[in-house]
Amino acid sequence: MSKLTISADLCSACGSCVDACPFGALTLEGDVPEVSDQCTFCGACVDACPAEAITLERDQAADVADITSYHGVWVWVEQFRGQACSISWEMLGQGRKLADQLGVPLTACVLGHNVRGVAQEAIAYGADRAFLADDASLAAYRTDPYAAVLVRLVREHRPEVFLLGASARGRDLAGAVATDLRTGLTADCTGLDIDPETRLLRQTRPAFGGNIMATIICPNYRPQMATVRHRVFEVPPADTARQGQIVQVPAAMGEAAIASQVVDFVMEAGQVNLADAHIIVSGGRGVGGPEGYAPLQALADALGGALGASRAAVDAGWIPYAHQVGQTGRTVKPDLYIACGISGAIQHLAGMQTSKVIVAINKDPEAPIFNVATYGIVGDLFEIVPALTAEFKKRLGK
Amino acid sequence: MRAIVCIKQVPDTTEVKINPETNTLIREGVASIVNPFDTYAIEEALRLKEQHGGTVTVLSMGPAQAKEALKEAVAMGADEAVLLSDRAFAGSDTWATAYTLAQAIRRLGEFDVILCGKQAIDGDTGQVGPGIARQLQIPQLTYICRIQEFDPATKRVRVERLLEEGREVVTCTLPVLLTVVKDINQPRYPTFTGIRRATRMEIPTWGAAELATANADYLGLKGSPTQVVRIFNPPARGGTVTLFTADTPSDGAAQLAERLLADKVI
Repeated sequence: MSKLTISADLCSACGSCVDACPFGALTLEGDVPEVSDQCTFCGACVDACPAEAITLERDQAADVADITSYHGVWVWVEQFRGQACSISWEMLGQGRKLADQLGVPLTACVLGHNVRGVAQEAIAYGADRAFLADDASLAAYRTDPYAAVLVRLVREHRPEVFLLGASARGRDLAGAVATDLRTGLTADCTGLDIDPETRLLRQTRPAFGGNIMATIICPNYRPQMATVRHRVFEVPPADTARQGQIVQVPAAMGEAAIASQVVDFVMEAGQVNLADAHIIVSGGRGVGGPEGYAPLQALADALGGALGASRAAVDAGWIPYAHQVGQTGRTVKPDLYIACGISGAIQHLAGMQTSKVIVAINKDPEAPIFNVATYGIVGDLFEIVPALTAEFKKRLGK
Repeated sequence: MRAIVCIKQVPDTTEVKINPETNTLIREGVASIVNPFDTYAIEEALRLKEQHGGTVTVLSMGPAQAKEALKEAVAMGADEAVLLSDRAFAGSDTWATAYTLAQAIRRLGEFDVILCGKQAIDGDTGQVGPGIARQLQIPQLTYICRIQEFDPATKRVRVERLLEEGREVVTCTLPVLLTVVKDINQPRYPTFTGIRRATRMEIPTWGAAELATANADYLGLKGSPTQVVRIFNPPARGGTVTLFTADTPSDGAAQLAERLLADKVI
């Protein structure tokens, strides 16, 4: 069994390891810290110990797969109603870099119905090859038929890296595929790079609501799978002259074997896709009620942005949950996030603090939102927001 | 009707603070709570039970103290609870966690539905639900914001999934695994009688020995394909806020608008 040992001879009882432990598994009461069964053997304490008193013995995996035959970087291209989602191109851009670093080809997996054009686009965005599974049973995303195609393709062609977007569908699909393949999957990565010595994919992701970052590897299983957060990587320029191979592959499940049917899709009126938005105007408790969102909506409209909200406003019933930004809502990374009447609780910050520019508008100059904001105005949002809207309308010529 | 709810005990991240000097998490005095998304799963299971009769079983994997989370579910109205706890499970990643929970569900026997929260607020992966479904070879429907119809007799369910573009309506056969989002319901509070029942209840603990179907190579750190190699503090957001102070709101707005246009973020 894996074991964490702290040497009583070397330990100076400084407590660095206790502070470093993200799981609260270490306590220092006597001369040497005690390890509780909350320990996950992450090794944070080993790095933190100035006396090198901590040793970590990790059990080696028992059923190590033959990983040497795995080759190439793959990306799943998500599409909705025949339109590729931009997150897929972001991943092809990053996938291209990883593939070039490894000296291997980049493959796109396109699943859907009447989506040959998407496969063509994938080539333009950097893929050397696109697998195209085009079948009526794949028209709308469903876990089982999609996972069946990908699992079969991976088993046959053995890629070393497989990336999917951390969208609702991407996370649903990745979890299913990695389970069947008995391989590692890292969720919601914000960083991906190749260790030049080991050729392993280093996958970095936030945890504890963004309070800590973890780098994760998958040394003994293939492919190394990760879902990647939206808007972390840039969409590369499309090159329609690029040549690549489109390989038709069949569906892997007959319609009769599929347990689920998509029977309807409800686009909510006024609903904006927060994940895709470049500009988000967001309102919190300071908005005061449902009608308080009208000036925010007007500003969002003037800027071509989406409307967000804090948990407090959603819980009060002022605005639907689909607008909620933060730990229990959506994580967003727009170019511009305008926080109006949002105090900036840690859960809200976890969902938006990687935005490129943050503007805080709040009556309270002590509000924590000002600690992460790029620009701020202390004042009444009901005076400032309409003034901003008027200003932008004037300057943008609308 | 039998519903199984998988729950996780997590640190209450609303209370997690950063020590500004060492820039590390302050975990002292941080309470452990039931993962908030899992409370919606418990509530939905209890509503299904109220409509269709049957039982609700809650299952959690974690250290001995995770019994408290199970007791909270019992206090809300769950009928039975099982804790999976063993040193052999320590260090499990999402693959090994899903595998272990699936083995326990096999031991629990027949069920109509498994409910999970969409993700846990400490790990934020959302991978364990789909992992359990695949291990058990049952369909999964994730990010459910509403159960429109649920019929144990005809073994059909009709649900709404909350996706980026809107709500997708899906029908499926039972048994099924559903992961739920916050929008689905408002969890009830534990009742006085529920709390009394939970206090008295002996919650069984299953270790590796109790999971007869489990392959020991798939448990714990040893059974986990992923390894954490480094944990570090996120880079602080650089710089300090530039405040626009003007005599009138429109002057402040004009200065801000000018700066944002100059920054080319609009």
